[in-house]
Amino acid sequence: MTPSNLQLKVIKTALFLLCLMPAVLLWRGLETDTLGANPLETLTRATGEWTLRFLLITLAVTPLRRFTGWHWLIRLRRTLGLFAFAYGAAHLLTYVWLDQFFDWQAIARDILKRPFITVGFAALVLMVPLALTSSNAAIRRLGGRRWQSLHRAIYPITLLGCVHFWWLVKKDITEPLLYTLVAVALIGLRGWWREQERRKQRAGGYLPQPGQGGKVIKIFAK
Amino acid sequence: MLIRTASDIPSSEITPEDLYQGRRRFIAQAGSLALAGTLAPAQVRAAPAPLGVLTKSPYSTNEASTHYKAVTTYNNFYELGTDKADPSANTHRLKPTPWTLRIEGLVNKPRSIAIEDLLKLAPLEERIYRMRCVEGWSMVIPWVGIPLSTLIRQADPQGSARFVEFVSHYDRSTMTRGVLEWPYTEGLRLDEALHPLTLLAVGLYGEVLPVQNGAPVRLVVPWKYGFKSAKSLVSIRLVERQPVSAWTKAAPAEYGFFSNVNPEVDHPRWSQATERRIGEFSKRRTLMFNGYADQVASLYTGMDLRRFY
Repeated sequence: MTPSNLQLKVIKTALFLLCLMPAVLLWRGLETDTLGANPLETLTRATGEWTLRFLLITLAVTPLRRFTGWHWLIRLRRTLGLFAFAYGAAHLLTYVWLDQFFDWQAIARDILKRPFITVGFAALVLMVPLALTSSNAAIRRLGGRRWQSLHRAIYPITLLGCVHFWWLVKKDITEPLLYTLVAVALIGLRGWWREQERRKQRAGGYLPQPGQGGKVIKIFAK
Repeated sequence: MLIRTASDIPSSEITPEDLYQGRRRFIAQAGSLALAGTLAPAQVRAAPAPLGVLTKSPYSTNEASTHYKAVTTYNNFYELGTDKADPSANTHRLKPTPWTLRIEGLVNKPRSIAIEDLLKLAPLEERIYRMRCVEGWSMVIPWVGIPLSTLIRQADPQGSARFVEFVSHYDRSTMTRGVLEWPYTEGLRLDEALHPLTLLAVGLYGEVLPVQNGAPVRLVVPWKYGFKSAKSLVSIRLVERQPVSAWTKAAPAEYGFFSNVNPEVDHPRWSQATERRIGEFSKRRTLMFNGYADQVASLYTGMDLRRFY
């Protein structure tokens, strides 16, 4: 199944609006005061969780593409990755504004002193170069291979995000555990593929040929 | 010591809006009950039971009380779920009647006291206290209760009693399993337990304590982090050795025995310097002993509060 250019445009627009929904719902929740007794905490938690969710959805594109053979899915990945960054930036803003009220000294102290803030902040900083090099022009400038190795930073970013969530929780670690399991599965799958490929190559039974699915995956897989 | 003069109408005399609305609700519900005699029991239970005439207390704060809805829907009560909204959604998992509270251990007159009798032990007081959670948020809650010292003194403590252990209700078949070691336990030094600020609460906003707030009877120690104020008590035990509380058992490096509110001693993972009062946008500075330093600081003279956190 390969959609036409027009169809893809419709799909992309729909996806964009869908990705915007959590933000719209949070905004409406603030306006109608339905975010519970501590709406600012809800806002911080929700933007953080959506960052993690979008990272995982972005990481799920390649496996989904391999399992379904729908290679056009790759063309949705940039939108998903940029939304992960956007929610991450919003999450940082809730912390800097609603939690610390732009007290830069306190923020600096917090980042240095509290491991869960340190890893969360590190994850967000690592996302910046990825967001900056998301355009087609940037891919051309960097060259596919270098661009790809830069964007592999999504693996440590996602794991740092999971650790950030884990260390923040007081006692009930169910939720961070779920995110971590999904992250480890999605990243582990890539390690497993790589291992399989290496074995096949060593056995000489498989070499990716031009025009075959295997090659497309090799170039774009993150 | 500064003695402040009260304004014409003390804030304790003003009926909070939520309470007023609560009464409206109560009247409306009573009216609909009278009309429809065949209502389901669940709907009958919804009417809040007022606790009658309450004595005002000089220990009450003049600060505005947190809205009733926030007080009763934003709760940490892990036996009923770990999300703040869980306890108010899971009230069916704890039946507050019938209920007996035991006072036992190193006392000459141990007894089991039914909740109805506890309400008659001493005149019920309204105590409007600040409540500071270890997570960095706070509320102002108009509790109803009696000083814990009344119950302890009646039980006649023995000379060897130095600490008090509190045990909360736990029912494996209806309540959350795991997370902490159940039943929930807490502890105080005997002098802390006998301090006039220490309250045995049976209500809030003039009404019977809602399940999610620790029905039918809970501890309130306003100068300590909220988790010290154990909910739904079944036993108060006087002991010789310092008890180990549920949170200390779970994470000894994070939750100490004393757990006094202290802006200068951080939780290992977050700062305790500021707090968000529920309902407010900006954060406020956290006060030493949650603003009760005048009353309780003398309990800890000469103690290193960093070490005894």
